[in-house]
Order: sequence, then C-alpha cells, then structure tokens
Amino acid sequence: MPTELSRREFSWVLGGPQGGGINASAEIYAKALSRGGLHVFANIEFHSNIMGKHSYYRVTAAPVPVHSHVDEIHMLVALDQESLFGDAPERKHYPSHTGHVHQVARGGGVIYDADLKIDPGQFGRDDINLYPIPYFEVLEEALKEVGKGGQSRKYIVMRNTVALGASIGISGYDEELLFEAIRNEFTGRKADAAEMNVAAVRAAAAYARSHFNAKPERRLTPVPPEQRKHRMLIKGFQAVGIAKLKAGLGMQTYYPISPATDESVYLEQKGPQYQCTVVQCEDEISSINMAIGAVHMGVRAATSTAGPGFALMSEGFGFAAITEAPGPVVFLWQRGGPSTGLPTRTEQADLQFALHPAHGDFPHIVVAPGDIDESFVDSFESFNWADRYQMPVVVLLEKFLASSMFTNDGIDMSKLKIDRGLIYQPQEPDGDGYRRHALTADGISPRAVPGTPGAIFSTTSDEHDPEGHITEGIENRIAMMRKRMAKLETAAREIPASSKFTLHGPRRADLTLVGWGATKGAILDAIGELEADGRTVNFLQIRLMRPFPADAVAGILRGARLTVLIENNYSAQLGALIAEQTGVALDHHVLKYDGRPFSRNEIVEGVRAALSEQKKEVMVSHA
Amino acid sequence: MPEAAAAAPKKFVLQQYKTEVHVDWCPGCGDFGILSSIQQALYQLQIPPYKIAMISGIGCSGKTPHYIDTYGLHTLHGRALPVATGAKLANNQLTVVAVGGDGDGYGIGAGYFVNSGRRNVDMTYIVFNNGVYGLTKGQASPTLPKGLKTKSMPEASIQEGVNPIALALGAGYTWIGRGYALDVKNLVSLIVQAINHKGTSFLDIFQTCPVYNDLRTKEWYAGEDIGRARIRRLEADSTWDPVVKDPTNIDEMVEKKTRALRASYETQDSLAVGVFYSVDLPTYDEQLALKVPALKEHPLVDLPLYQRDVDPLFAELA
Repeated sequence: MPTELSRREFSWVLGGPQGGGINASAEIYAKALSRGGLHVFANIEFHSNIMGKHSYYRVTAAPVPVHSHVDEIHMLVALDQESLFGDAPERKHYPSHTGHVHQVARGGGVIYDADLKIDPGQFGRDDINLYPIPYFEVLEEALKEVGKGGQSRKYIVMRNTVALGASIGISGYDEELLFEAIRNEFTGRKADAAEMNVAAVRAAAAYARSHFNAKPERRLTPVPPEQRKHRMLIKGFQAVGIAKLKAGLGMQTYYPISPATDESVYLEQKGPQYQCTVVQCEDEISSINMAIGAVHMGVRAATSTAGPGFALMSEGFGFAAITEAPGPVVFLWQRGGPSTGLPTRTEQADLQFALHPAHGDFPHIVVAPGDIDESFVDSFESFNWADRYQMPVVVLLEKFLASSMFTNDGIDMSKLKIDRGLIYQPQEPDGDGYRRHALTADGISPRAVPGTPGAIFSTTSDEHDPEGHITEGIENRIAMMRKRMAKLETAAREIPASSKFTLHGPRRADLTLVGWGATKGAILDAIGELEADGRTVNFLQIRLMRPFPADAVAGILRGARLTVLIENNYSAQLGALIAEQTGVALDHHVLKYDGRPFSRNEIVEGVRAALSEQKKEVMVSHA
Repeated sequence: MPEAAAAAPKKFVLQQYKTEVHVDWCPGCGDFGILSSIQQALYQLQIPPYKIAMISGIGCSGKTPHYIDTYGLHTLHGRALPVATGAKLANNQLTVVAVGGDGDGYGIGAGYFVNSGRRNVDMTYIVFNNGVYGLTKGQASPTLPKGLKTKSMPEASIQEGVNPIALALGAGYTWIGRGYALDVKNLVSLIVQAINHKGTSFLDIFQTCPVYNDLRTKEWYAGEDIGRARIRRLEADSTWDPVVKDPTNIDEMVEKKTRALRASYETQDSLAVGVFYSVDLPTYDEQLALKVPALKEHPLVDLPLYQRDVDPLFAELA
C-alpha cells in the first residue's frame, strides 16, 4: 500500500562515464530541488576508477522528508549508452551491470543522446517515455547564444548540463531555481561558465518542450515560496568535519584512502581558519601514532581511515589504550571488504573489527551514528569521551553516509559542550609526586599536559606502574588491568542513554526491527509501508557498541514479539554482538552484502520475505 | 601551558636530568655512554626538563626515556618518529628527542625514517646502532654487514647491511651526524649540535653490544687487530666542511651530499664520525605556521578551541 512518501517522491538518476561531470550536475540539480523547498536525498555509485567507468547519481526528492532511495526511477538521464543498457557489449564475461532502463517506472521517462541513434525497440519497453535529445546540437546552439559558437568540442563536458536542462524542460520544474544553483556553483573567475551553463539549460529545456508532448507520469513541483524552509544540503563527511572543528580538533592525520579522504581534504580546506592542522602521513601506522603523540601532549587529535587503513592501526590502537592516551578518535569509514574489496562501495562489515581492533584486553569506545545529525553529535562527543576516559574512540561510519547528500534543517548544537576531563595541576612547580597512572576508584587518573613544570611523567607501551615505568610485577599487573577496564564501566555509567540507542516508534509493537548505522534512513522510511501490511512496527537502533548497553537492549528485545535484524553485511555482526551481550538471538536477519546501500524496497521486501517464508536469513540485492 | 607558573630561570643541575629508575641494561653496554651523553647534552643546553619530551621505540634503547627525568613516551617498535612528530607539532615549544635502535629505525621503522627526513620537523633522532637485535637475543639487524655471523646467529647474514647515512642523505635530513658510544665527550658535542639544529637532525651512534655482538666490540672499534683506531673524526680533515652555505644552491648541496656519501662508504677499517651534512631549510613546523599563523606565537596545544563558530560552514551548504 502506498504511503505519502511513496506517492509523492520523485526518483531521478543521472548516469554516465566517470570523469564526465555527473557529480557537479547532479549536485546542482539537488540544490535546485532543496532550494525549491523539497526534501532531498542523493547518493552516488561509482567505480574505483578515474575515467570512463559507469557511475550514477540518484537524486530522490519529495515534499515530505526522505532519507532513502527506491528501486524505481521516474526520470533516467543517460549520458551514454552504457547507462541505458549496461556494459555487456564491452565485457564478454561477467558484465558488471545491466544499465538502468529496466528500473524505470511505468510511465517514467528516459532522456538520452539522440546521436546514439538507438532503435526504440531496443529499450524493450512500451510503457515508458523516450526523450532522445541531440546533446551536441543543443550544446552548439547554447554556445552560440553566449558567443562561443563552434566550440562544442572544447565544452563537451557541458553535455551534462544539456541533459539536465532537458530533464527540467520535460518534468517541468522552476528553471530559475536551477539557474540560481548554477550561478551559486560557478562564482568568481568561473562566472562565465555559469552563464554558459544557464544558456545550455535554457536551450535544452526549450528543445525538450518543443519536441515532446508526452510527459512522464511522475513530475516534481517546488513547494510554494512562502512555505519553503531554508535547509542545508549536507554530506556525511561534511557533518563529521564540521563537528570535529566544533569539538576543538587541533590535528587531523590521514593517509589517502577511499572513502575517508573527502573528510580530511575538507578539513585541509576549512581547518586552518579554525587553527586546526592536517597532516598527510606516509601510512596509517604513522597517522595513528602521530595522533597519539599529539593527544599525549594535550591536543585533540583524530585520524580518518577505512578498513585497510584501520588494519594498519591495530598496534597503535593498543598503544593508545595501554598508555591511557586521551584519544585519538579514529573515524572509520567502512567500505566493502575484505582486503581491498570494494573501495568505493558501502558496507557495514567492520563492526566486529572495530570492537576488536588490537591484541590484548583493553578499554575503548565504539559509536556508530546513523544519520547526519547523529554523526555530528557523536563525532563531537567522542572527543569528550577520549579526554574524560583517556582511551581511544572509534566513530564507525559508512561510505554511504560519507558521500550521500541529505537536506537538513540545522543541527542542534545547544547541548554540546567541550569537556577535557580531569587535568592534573601541580601544587608546586618542583613537585615530584605526580603519578600519571595513579590507581583510582573509577579508573581515571588526572592527566598532565607535557610542558607543565612539576608534572613530569613517562609512560610506556609495556605494562607499567602508576608512575609509568616498566614493571612485570603481578600485583601491579592485576591492579593496572582492573584500573584500565574500570574506566569502561565508568564510561558506561556516565554516557547518557540517548547516545547509546534509540527505540523509534511505539514501545511495544508487533514487529521490532533492529539495526545500526546508516541503514537508519531506509529503515525509518520503510516503516510506513510495513505498517500498511497491518502490523505495528518499531525500530531499535543501536549506536553505542562499546560499552554496550546490554541491560537496556536485553529488556527491549526480551519484550519484543517478533524481531528482524537488518544489516549491510554478510554475517549479521550486530546480531552476534547482541547475542554475545544479551543472550538474545534475533528471529530473522535481512542482510545485504553487494556493496550497495539498502533501497527502501529491499528493506520492505526483505522483511516481508523473512516473515512470510519463515526464513531465519534473507539476502536482498535488487540489482 | 601554565608558563606563568614556571619558576624564574635557574641553573638546572645534571642530576635533574636523571631518574632513580633502575637501569637494566647489561654491564658494559654501549647504551650507558649514550644515556650519559644525552643527559649531559641536555644539561649543557640547560633546557628545562619539563620542556623536553623523550620519545623512544622498542628494544634496549627504548628504555632510555625512563632514565631521563623529562616527559617521556616509550612507544612501539619502529614508531617513535611518528609519535615524536605528533608531539612536536602539538607543542612546538618542547624539545623533542626521539631515540631507538637500528632495527627499530632502519628495519621495522624504515618508512618513518625516510619520511621524517623529508618532513623536516624540528626535532632530533638518535639511533643506537649495534648491528644486532639485542632484546630478542642477537639476531642480525639491518646494519649488520653481509657475511658476518655474530655468536648468537646460526648462520652468517646473507643480506647487505643498510648505510644509514646514505639513506638519510637521500631522505632529505637536514643535519646528519654519527658518533661512537664510548667517546662520550665527542658524543655530547654532537648531541648538542643536533638539538641546536633547526629541522630534523639525525645522529647514528656506533654502539657496542658486549653480550650479542662479539664482532663489533670495543676492541674492534679501537682497532686492536689492525694496529690503529677504526674510528676516524671527520673534522680531523681540515678541508671537511659539511655545512651548506646557500640552501638555494643545488650544486653546493649535491657536492656536500656527495662528499658525505663517500665518507659514509669508507671501508670497515675506517669509520667516520662527526657531522656529515648540515643545511638550513624550512621546517615542517614553520610551513604549518604559514597556514595557521597563530602557531608562530603559541604552540597548538595553547590555541583556543572552545569558541569556534562553525555557522559559516553550515551557511556554505545552504
């Protein structure tokens, strides 16, 4: 049964070769929609490749909130033939995809290059509208308008804009909003380019209107100006980057790796004005150790990486833990594993890795935010936790969140406060009694900032005494292990429940969905459709993975009538954690490990299949 | 940093650079000479102990910070340099000295050795080079020459030894020196010069391991078998001038590097010690301060972090 969202949303896909400029065009389009008062969710799929391979940008917009995409496409805008039909003709073996025509909704539209001279029969669809547009000719027309006639070859990348303009012309959106978004994108020295692109949109929209009468069934109109809300259009890496600056980050270290690099590059651009430094290192071992050196000196430091880099950080992680470093905070942007895996695709398969990042027993915190707002808040709080509990923290994120764009009404920062934890202040500058690892009831020893007279300490990756010197004494070992692990109990006590988990929906429901991380958006959007099946549904979202809120989660799950776990991985890693921590085994698992994020349909159909077929485990992949 | 709380300048005595921690190196270890030289150098320089961070790797040499009464981080095998880099960039008012062994620096930490050279953070790196992995009982280290077999090795080494000075020249270290653990007087002078150098100074020290390296002994360095000392002072040659006068002059730089390289490849019967190369180039810290000008006046750790207004960043996204 359709929900308000499924009735009113508009799903638009721009596909083309990598390096062909689809990102810029799709983001301009997304901005035009957002400025028209619509809610927007946009996500990109691309290969680990610079030029040529197929990539596509999906923009989903609706007058009501939307955080996920659907399988169906209402308007497909193709820059090349591969975007229509896939790469089977070029790849004899194992074609990587079959194009997007088969995903176009009945009554939907396809815009493509008339120069491809495709026989309409090849589409195999008599239920969709075809809009062949001569990209090159229209571009030439537009360039003439701005006095650059005969230069189409030079500006061939603007075919994107032609395609975008045709799509606006056909689906009938406010062109002025698009012009504004274009001018907003091309400023200063690029202002000329803005006018060229505006001309291209005009020419393409005019061409489309004059050549085609048939309109696609689903179209989009802006919200009336007086009802428009001023919203941001923000990606996960930006939310995290801004949160880090707000949290007082002094040093970010990194080694380039997909999909974590965007965040570090963003900080390289924006950091200096906030007196934040960014150091590009020779590898991730260096990244984490440099950050550890900085946090021991009293600076807030972080490093960002993906699975392969996190693997190299293992020994540094344990080093930070045993020396009770106040951090660092490690931002782990998950991608498809194992090994190099799927570098540019998404997955949630590093949860158990983040929980067990190094050898030995040691305390650390793992938090997994589920959306833009939570990424901001959790990133911010992680620095407080690192300082307070003097342990490394992992913020577990996903490629999907890093590169997806969401409209956002503004992040509530009113409750966020910087807390540096207990800092040792010597009574006298010549004092000699400081113990960096003093044994205390809650495990927390006041930390000194090196450079302070009277607070000299040493510490070591070897087991050590309260003064930080090496010892293998038995009593000391037991006391130190207990002291370090006690901090985890302190953290579990002090971190508020609101940071640990959220039960979305009613306290009691016929069906309880369980998940974590960035599947949150698709799950929340799917609840409406699942409820339309005639049952009440709630959603338990786990955020704090260590220390795990075992009692509260056990309470909720033991009282649940029917549970379905939803994870973007092969082995149901949260399910394993829940079983380990609570003894509760969830009834059904809906899993997806094709490297792509869940569509709303995959959630709905996966849950339905699990329940109707009484299957313990259902794998979904709507290619 | 509560700078105001610091007592008025006063003379620090040598004892203030020493801890009471029991030194657990083997009797006769060359490390004693190096430890004493570092303590004396810091004392000579009169750097307040609380303004020093000693950062070490893993191995016998890794224990050094425990014996020097300054801030100390005894880190991981091979990772002293990244930790030291982070520490220095966090607080550029600290004197940062990294120490480690030859296995630590040229084996497991080789990547950091190379990249620290090109980064040129203002700090000092001292390598205790004894040709063996002491704490794991005497396996061949990266500097042990090919064909040598110390008493704890079942077979002679079939790998060439690395030339740390040559590696450092290629990596871009801006001060390169070598000392001998048992010539404390000269070593103190080299450490003082290394710490005074602006940029990353690298000092390789021939160190005896009387327990596991029975080939590179005190007697061997003294040349008892060949009738003359194997250690040769570079500065004994009156034409020796390792200092690049004009850092923009590539010819001068290459000429000085070439000469240093040649000196580093003398035979095993003539081992040069002293300053091999020195050049004044912009440090990484200085270049970071071009991006964040406040770093010229204050260390990163003292910069305000509580009142950052991020609204303009959100506004860009609207």
